[in-house]
Amino acid sequence: MVVLPGNANRGHVRHDAGRLELQGVTKRYPGSDRPAVDDLSLIVEAGQVCVLVGPSGCGKTTALRMINRLIEPSAGDILLDGESTRNRNAASLRREIGYVIQQVGLLPHQTIAKNVATVPRLVGWRRGETKARVAEMLELVGLDPAEYANRYPAQLSGGQQQRVGLARALASDPPLMLMDEPFSAVDPITRERLQNDFLRLHRTVPKTVVFVSHDIDEAVKMADRIAVMRDGRLVQYARPAELLASPADDFVADFVGADRALKGLSLTRIEEIELDDAPLVEAGAPSSDVLDRIASGLLVPVDGDLLVTVEGRPRAWMSVERVTDGDEVPRGPVGSPGPIVDRLATLRDALSALLDANARTGAVVDAEGRCVGLVSVDHIQGSWNAQSESAMAPHG
Amino acid sequence: MAEPIDWDWIDRNLDEIGALTQQHAEIVGISIAIAVGIAIPIGILVRRGGLPYVLASQTGTILYTIPSLAMFAILVPIVGIGRTPAVIGLVAYAMLILIENTVVGLQSVPRSVKDAARGMGMTSWQILYRVELPMALPSIITGIRLATVSTVGIATIAVLIGAGGLGVLIFNDGIQRGLFLTPIVVGAVIATAMALVLDGMLALTERGLSRWKRAGA
Ligand SMILES: Nc1ncnc2c1ncn2[C@@H]1O[C@H](COP(=O)(O)OP(=O)(O)O)[C@@H](O)[C@H]1O
Ligand SMILES: [Mg+2]
Repeated sequence: MVVLPGNANRGHVRHDAGRLELQGVTKRYPGSDRPAVDDLSLIVEAGQVCVLVGPSGCGKTTALRMINRLIEPSAGDILLDGESTRNRNAASLRREIGYVIQQVGLLPHQTIAKNVATVPRLVGWRRGETKARVAEMLELVGLDPAEYANRYPAQLSGGQQQRVGLARALASDPPLMLMDEPFSAVDPITRERLQNDFLRLHRTVPKTVVFVSHDIDEAVKMADRIAVMRDGRLVQYARPAELLASPADDFVADFVGADRALKGLSLTRIEEIELDDAPLVEAGAPSSDVLDRIASGLLVPVDGDLLVTVEGRPRAWMSVERVTDGDEVPRGPVGSPGPIVDRLATLRDALSALLDANARTGAVVDAEGRCVGLVSVDHIQGSWNAQSESAMAPHG
Repeated sequence: MAEPIDWDWIDRNLDEIGALTQQHAEIVGISIAIAVGIAIPIGILVRRGGLPYVLASQTGTILYTIPSLAMFAILVPIVGIGRTPAVIGLVAYAMLILIENTVVGLQSVPRSVKDAARGMGMTSWQILYRVELPMALPSIITGIRLATVSTVGIATIAVLIGAGGLGVLIFNDGIQRGLFLTPIVVGAVIATAMALVLDGMLALTERGLSRWKRAGA
């Protein structure tokens, strides 16, 4: 048993993530000649992220909604931890399965805190317990409870609303999460941030997740296993790397796209490659120290520049001369910190951030935004080459 | 007649004016309470549209278009004179506005909100009273405001079937005494003031209940 952080003193024990099994699940909508989902069988192991991808109308949403019985299957069975969901009361089953949709669907007449408390209230948690849980969930998704708890959904941006949607789905600690294109309604930058934060969150709270996407890049980035669907049928169920390396048929190859090698950049996260040391100097540090460290080789400027940080967070690239102009490193550094890349970003995300900024290097930051190193285009190319070679090699 | 308004008359009849005002307010209050009690459940039942909604809406429209004198005249042989036929008639007039506003309010709840609510494990009843009704409330109260204001006016006619109220001042004391202006003006002013006060109170309630709508705007 694992105890959620912050929960220890209340003895609130986390559900183990559930194992999900679909057995020959079929859905025929009345008045339709071909099934929307046709004999779908797949297993999602506890704690894994399974991404359902495929073109619009291939049955992803239908498949997902049969898992929490928002849609009743016409045939087949769905097992959660070995137990058929058919015999359960549908409403009480849904309270044990987190549900996140593209349109978020927050209750507009209730505050953020009340929204997050929805399922705990439905299942009768005590008030104090619920309140503590709401604060904990908001923090988990990166929203300060003091600032956001009493706001209404309309007072939040789209990205923040989806964070609340996530917090709400996680609040009662469900063993399984269903997410239907949760990040497709926000702008690309917000989407990438939400993806990274979701991956980070999934490490803290490793739920079993079924995630619907129409975007193969997102699937490759998020998934432990990708299920490619076509016309209601499962055409390939594989790890992302496998899918890119050996698509089962022309349809999958087509869907994955001709730029499979480039897509392979989504398989690797920045944290997995070796980074360069960043020439970090903290605002307010004595200039003499900076010069000493340069002299002793501990600090190696990049093209004559140092990266000034405030509390470890990148603020501005400045020349050594300007940094050491006064007695201390400027407390109000001026200039740009250049592209900032999350440790959980994929190589592909990082490459496009660097190209967008027309920069050769970018600062890599952790969850708190503190710089942990530098990534460069050369790095990315190096690991791309290594990877393409291994992808060419036969499977063993 | 030197002055158009006979202040002495008002002074002499203050008690009666007070009693009639109270009577009027009671007729309006009872009618609106009953109308709300009938119209909201109907609105809930027909909220998904289709034939049930068309039937409810058409019935409301037919009731609404019956001339008020005819409506009260038809009711007297059935239920006698007094407050009862007045309340029945006023309830009938309020139906259309209240049903329509309830349905509009309930239908304004986005599909995605209901879907998320169901997906979280709310039952149909829980979705109704925790999501749909609270979100429809501002629209329902707008309906109650409109119905209340018009009921205050129409209720003055109920004097003709012996229901009392401010109509007594206008008809019995005013029109029937050779258009004696003072009670007519007094009755009209009080009715208007009553409508404005009730409307204002309901408007404030509506504001209080729809803060979430204005948030972020
Ligand atoms: N409620 C419904 N009634 C009838 N047909 C539906 C319904 N929902 C979806 N479909 C059909 O089922 C197929 C799969 O839809 P859906 O599961 O929404 O696909 P996806 O999420 O992959 O875009 C589509 O052809 C769609 O038109
Ligand atoms: Mg869909």
